Amino acid sequence: MSFLQDYAYYIGAFGLVFIGLLIVLVQHNLIKVIIGVSIFDTGINLFLIAVGYIRNGTAPIFSRAGLEPGAMVDPVPQALVLTSIVIGVAVLALALGIAVRLYREYGTLDLRKIRELRW
Amino acid sequence: MIVIAALLVAVMLAAAAAALVFRDLLSAVIASCVVSLIASILFLLLQAPDVAMAEASIGAALITAVFVIAIRRTERYEE
Amino acid sequence: MRTLTSLILLAVIAVGIGFALTEVPFGTPKTEVGGYYLEHGREETGAANTVTSVVVGYRAFDTLGEVTVLFVAALGLGAVLAAAGGAGARREVEPASLVLRTGAILLFPLLVLFGTYIFLHGHLTPGGGFQGGAVIASACLLIYLGSRERIISRVGRTVTESLSGLAFVLIGLIGLAFSAQFLSDFLPKGTLNTLFSAGVIPLIYVAVGFKVGAELGGVIDDMVKETR
Repeated sequence: MSFLQDYAYYIGAFGLVFIGLLIVLVQHNLIKVIIGVSIFDTGINLFLIAVGYIRNGTAPIFSRAGLEPGAMVDPVPQALVLTSIVIGVAVLALALGIAVRLYREYGTLDLRKIRELRW
Repeated sequence: MIVIAALLVAVMLAAAAAALVFRDLLSAVIASCVVSLIASILFLLLQAPDVAMAEASIGAALITAVFVIAIRRTERYEE
Repeated sequence: MRTLTSLILLAVIAVGIGFALTEVPFGTPKTEVGGYYLEHGREETGAANTVTSVVVGYRAFDTLGEVTVLFVAALGLGAVLAAAGGAGARREVEPASLVLRTGAILLFPLLVLFGTYIFLHGHLTPGGGFQGGAVIASACLLIYLGSRERIISRVGRTVTESLSGLAFVLIGLIGLAFSAQFLSDFLPKGTLNTLFSAGVIPLIYVAVGFKVGAELGGVIDDMVKETR
């Protein structure tokens, strides 16, 4: 039980990272590969927030009087992950635009066939 | 509370494995949307409401919509 | 063969990461700068939400870089999809049902209002420019689902995006003129937990919210308009 309490979030985050990496390495459809990159991004963000968590802490917002700054979680990883999520969506939208353009040029999204078409 | 978090992590990993295995691209995109939603709940359990809001609105809504539009312009089943 | 090699490689990496994770215990404080921001964030920036004061107060220059990255990605998407108009099979599209059309037009002003509320109160409650901008972009997506021709004018959207980006840089330059530091605070801080507090932070978040909303709406517009 204490092993679960210590490592549940880490197992979840790194499970997502490894499944995302497996999708990128093994699949040969381009849109599946982009789905793998998206899952990988989500796993890394989850790991960053899990590192910043402090036991029995609350959210870092002083919404009413009488909240102690000593009992709050770390605000710096949350600011970093906010930036990371927005940049992730920008990169994924651009990747999907390039995939659509590739389909228009070659007629297929299979990465093995697109590599052979080069010669 | 830790039992709820462990259950949610298990469902999230099952959805990610489903995104690996499905051959219908639309089903794989819906599985990745489920991963984003459960990650948003886990962010809230880790006391980060700003990040939970950002992941729910950007990751689970806009990215899935852009994926579905891209699939509509290409093919739905991988060969 | 490829699957087996990938699995072996990932297993080796997993063992290495497992050994490294024992050095990162779960739930203990790990940095000192987070404690500094929590202690002194209220009197130095005046915002009740510490994450907002880190993103827009202490590290505002990184947020300007992030807005630039978003702009370059939207620009690249427009350039990639613009050449040599739509090929591919034209599929039969049926018009949307009456419920969807009416619901989309009724919900659109409410969603824009909700998004504006989120980024206007970014320094008091959880929220901020990026979340509010994403809600406004979802409102644009709802309009595209409800009807087949574009209702949101293209000129209005590009003018909003350009003026908001310009406003962010102008606020930084005015801060430079006031106290020789780019993006410094030049408005009074006010009392905690009221709407008109935290100096220049709400203005920056309004500019960022409108810019992100117009930009993500433009991304959806670029990807949708060729399926006709």
